[in-house]
Amino acid sequence: MKLIVDKLSVLRDSRAVLADLSFTVEPGSSLLLVGPNGAGKTTLLRTLAGLLPASAGRLWLQGGRSEQSLGELCHYVGHLNAIKSTLTVEENARFWQRYLGGAGSVDAALARFGLAGLKDIPAAYLSAGQKRRLALARLLLARRPLWLLDEPAAALDHDAQAALTAVVTAGLAAGGLVVAATHQPLGWPNERTLRLQPATRDL
Amino acid sequence: MSAFSELVRRDVWIAWKEGGTLGVALGFYLVVVVLLPLALGPDLNLIARIAPAVLWVAFLLSALLSLGRLFEADFEDGSLDVLATGTLPLEAVVAGKALAHWLTTALPLIALAPLLGLLLNLRPDAYGVLVATMLAGTPAVSFLGAIGAALTVRTRRGGLLIGLLLLPLFVPTLIFGIEAIGAALSDADSFAASFLLLLAVSLAAMVLAPPAAAGALRFQLQ
Repeated sequence: MKLIVDKLSVLRDSRAVLADLSFTVEPGSSLLLVGPNGAGKTTLLRTLAGLLPASAGRLWLQGGRSEQSLGELCHYVGHLNAIKSTLTVEENARFWQRYLGGAGSVDAALARFGLAGLKDIPAAYLSAGQKRRLALARLLLARRPLWLLDEPAAALDHDAQAALTAVVTAGLAAGGLVVAATHQPLGWPNERTLRLQPATRDL
Repeated sequence: MSAFSELVRRDVWIAWKEGGTLGVALGFYLVVVVLLPLALGPDLNLIARIAPAVLWVAFLLSALLSLGRLFEADFEDGSLDVLATGTLPLEAVVAGKALAHWLTTALPLIALAPLLGLLLNLRPDAYGVLVATMLAGTPAVSFLGAIGAALTVRTRRGGLLIGLLLLPLFVPTLIFGIEAIGAALSDADSFAASFLLLLAVSLAAMVLAPPAAAGALRFQLQ
């Protein structure tokens, strides 16, 4: 599968955040979105996830089944971790696995991100980095070709970053696509960089 | 279908674990219904006559308290973004959350209603009708409430706003609910008509509210 973005423009509050953006992401490769704050990295990721409408241009996954929307084909791990603090770590993971219709093992996904020993504690007691790991564990719970990660390494320690790199490497090797917004080098295989600049043009 | 039932199960489980929202709704219901006879004085006939109306109005106010939080928690912790990228359409997400609200808020309030009817000198033969009309009419409250909750999901302190938006929508349910109880007690023929209309409002809300609320949520997620 191949992600194609063709002359994409996105307006927010009648201000152009992204204008005439075109790029492709080949299967098995990753694209890093870099740029100053307010350059539109999150806006681009949310548009790719189908959460924001494109005001002009097209984006699609070549080779995807046409009845599936881009949102159904992607994992979106945004700034917010989508964790319920009253539920335990395992309950959180199991809910997303079942909701997303995945076949991935919950235990294996938690172990991969070093959360195996914390399964039964409420997510409210997790540290910022541990919550981030739990959010990233979603990537392994359901099989989806396109991963959209917003600052995936924020709050992660050295071991967790290594685990993330290993998970991404395996995902890319299986033909997946990764688009990540980042401020720090991530050192992933087949990585390309797209530099976004804040658009100042008013429409 | 499994994603739908999983969502309902999660929401019921969270409501059970947190407990607070339900406690507030039940407590508010109890307080409103207990205060009213105290304010009206010891006229038992008057209280018995207005009992169905008091129970219904207090129910609507109690339900409003928890409706404001229907989507707010999922919006604030980012869950709504991930729910929107699932295989389930957003309309079904709305329906699932409204159903969970009905199960966790409306059902306990309905269970409490006969007990409060006792405090209001409600006629013994009215208990069955009261519970039946509430079971038939309250799904409309949860589903129409989802529209208000979706519209105010980004509004700080949207509680008051949600009341203004929703109370007019609850008028048909309120009128037919009280009318059905009154008709049943006076053995009038209009019970069937009122009850069926009550049911019709609920069924229409279950069909029409999810697309409306999903449209509002899509806009709010932008």
